[in-house]
Amino acid sequence: MQIPIEYYLILSAALFMTGIVGVLIRRNAIIVFMSIELMLNSANLTLITFSSYLGNSIGQIFVFFVMAVAAAEAAIGLAIIIALFRNKLTVNLDEINIFKW
Amino acid sequence: MLESYIPIFIVMFFATVIALGITFSSMLLGPQRPNKEKLSTYESGMKPVGTTRERISIKYYLVAMLFIIFDLEVLFIYPWAVQFKKLFAEFGISIFISMFIFLVVFELGYLYAYKKGGFEWD
Amino acid sequence: MLNNIQEFYNILPLIIIGGLILVSLIIEMYSESSEKILPWLSIIGFLFVGIYSLVEVGRTSIVLQNMLATGGVVNIFWLIFNITAAIVCLLSINYIKKYGAYYGEYYIIIQTSVLGMMLMAGAKDLIVIFLGLEVMSISFYVLAGFNRNRSSANEASLKYFLLGAFATGFLVYGIALIYGKATTTSIDAISLNFSALSGNVLFLTGVLLFLIGFSFKIAAFPFHMWVPDVYQGSPTTVAGLFSTAGKAAGFSALIVTFAALFGGPHGHLFTPYLSAIAVFSMLFGSIVAIMQTDIKRMLAYSSIAHAGYMLIGLASGNIDGVAGIIFYLAAYSFMNLAAFGIVSILEGKEETNLDLDSYAGLGTRSPFIAGLFALIMFALAGIPPFAGFFGKYYVFIAAIKSDLTWLAMVGILSSMISVYFYLRLVVIMYFKSSETEDKVSYTASEIIAVVIAVVFVIILGLAPGSFIDLVTKFL
Repeated sequence: MQIPIEYYLILSAALFMTGIVGVLIRRNAIIVFMSIELMLNSANLTLITFSSYLGNSIGQIFVFFVMAVAAAEAAIGLAIIIALFRNKLTVNLDEINIFKW
Repeated sequence: MLESYIPIFIVMFFATVIALGITFSSMLLGPQRPNKEKLSTYESGMKPVGTTRERISIKYYLVAMLFIIFDLEVLFIYPWAVQFKKLFAEFGISIFISMFIFLVVFELGYLYAYKKGGFEWD
Repeated sequence: MLNNIQEFYNILPLIIIGGLILVSLIIEMYSESSEKILPWLSIIGFLFVGIYSLVEVGRTSIVLQNMLATGGVVNIFWLIFNITAAIVCLLSINYIKKYGAYYGEYYIIIQTSVLGMMLMAGAKDLIVIFLGLEVMSISFYVLAGFNRNRSSANEASLKYFLLGAFATGFLVYGIALIYGKATTTSIDAISLNFSALSGNVLFLTGVLLFLIGFSFKIAAFPFHMWVPDVYQGSPTTVAGLFSTAGKAAGFSALIVTFAALFGGPHGHLFTPYLSAIAVFSMLFGSIVAIMQTDIKRMLAYSSIAHAGYMLIGLASGNIDGVAGIIFYLAAYSFMNLAAFGIVSILEGKEETNLDLDSYAGLGTRSPFIAGLFALIMFALAGIPPFAGFFGKYYVFIAAIKSDLTWLAMVGILSSMISVYFYLRLVVIMYFKSSETEDKVSYTASEIIAVVIAVVFVIILGLAPGSFIDLVTKFL
């Protein structure tokens, strides 16, 4: 029996929402970043689902690009977080507050 | 149908023979000087037993990060390799040159990381 | 995989910038004096590519298996990006020494960001838009935190990174949904099918997420919160690049997908939504800018307001609107770059001299710089005959043509509010006495960069019609 496409789409939408909620409520920079990665991966799941469902490979190729970009983003992001940690000894977003209007 | 799997079986056969052969020949022929380090469980160089909150040198993560980036870039070679015959028939040698350019750019990034001391431990 | 030699000439700008990055990397690896070579190499490269794009503007074509367009509007965007980047490099030579964070990668990362912008402006496929956006954004995250020993720069960089990556998540998910309905990511194929797709919920959700993703990049109202912090914390020249070329690149992607995702040029799918964020961006930017005491924050809020004016052109959803945005972007890029350039000249070591009061008495201390700054403030406020006025004029006309007169009225109201804080700076410069009598010290390269930007502002102000004609010819 084939699993209907809706199941995949609902799963990826749920993952995407989990990512958004994680970004909005968590205060640890690393966990926020992990939530963002979760959002990207849920988009990847959607792309793979559609690619398989539609029978064309554009979605899979796009997933390759998203993965490569996510890796580059992870490298940059962790570098930024390490640089910040060296100066402030915290990765809590509530304590990173030099700028206020 | 089954004939098409013969090459795979051949590869599996040679892989098994070579793997077992090397393992046993080193056991039989090599000198045996066991010590505590050598006898402990292999954990990629880590201590197999210890606290869970062990701190690891930041340099390890630097190499891991570089590994992730370069590892993922190689991903783009897969679709190219899978479609190579078809693309070669359509575009000729330029399909080969374009991947060569990709690899040159890629290796230049690797060289840059090396030159800037990305792989130095001290 | 070029089909013929003509394709090679058409994408030569991209090849040159790509080659420039590789050559710069090799120079940075092996040369001891890379600090002296790289800025000039970058400037020459950018200028050459900019002028080449302008000369070849008539050669419209679609290259690389329907992935990239060249010629026409694309080349005009390439011109804007490259001239902007050249001016930023010229400003950076002295500034980055003063800022105390020279790493050889500075110019290389500016080059990669320009490559990303150029890909975005020329995209014919959503994948290329995504890739271009990410190449640009990742370069920008690094540039924002360039001085890694300073916590303000770290903070700016972290905020920019987290919110930028968050926006990327929306964008990718949006593209995934669009792909799911349209079965392709080719922009031309989607625009052919647009009338069949536009009623579909999946497609509309995808387009909305796409728009949200780009609202972050162009700093429109509900997604603007990173802008002031990032501009304040980053090096001033880099903030100039974010606010000009970065914003232009974001708008270029919205213009590239104008027909495919938004149903242009006959109306816009999201006109009510875009009108709303345009109104809020304009009013919020203008009103909050009044309360600022830091010049970089003030310019940041003014850049939010300017994003609002440009969104009017998008909301009106016609050819005039698009042409108006492109003119506005060109004008705004040079105005804002000149403003950030002067701020970077006046900035002292350790981020001093950035509050508005430190500009007091500039009219007597350094009349030339004060004159240039006053001129830019007039242009940003939209006072004729400078380029800023015509930018606003064209987008407002486009709005009126689409029966959005109320939107144009709000725009005019917001411009009037913004006149207050721009002219307040002029008043501070000329009529407020300062405690110090220090002359401003500057190098030739910095002042040349600012003068070039100001000359462009004046030229665009004197002959707006020829630029608009050039753009309209290709739309």
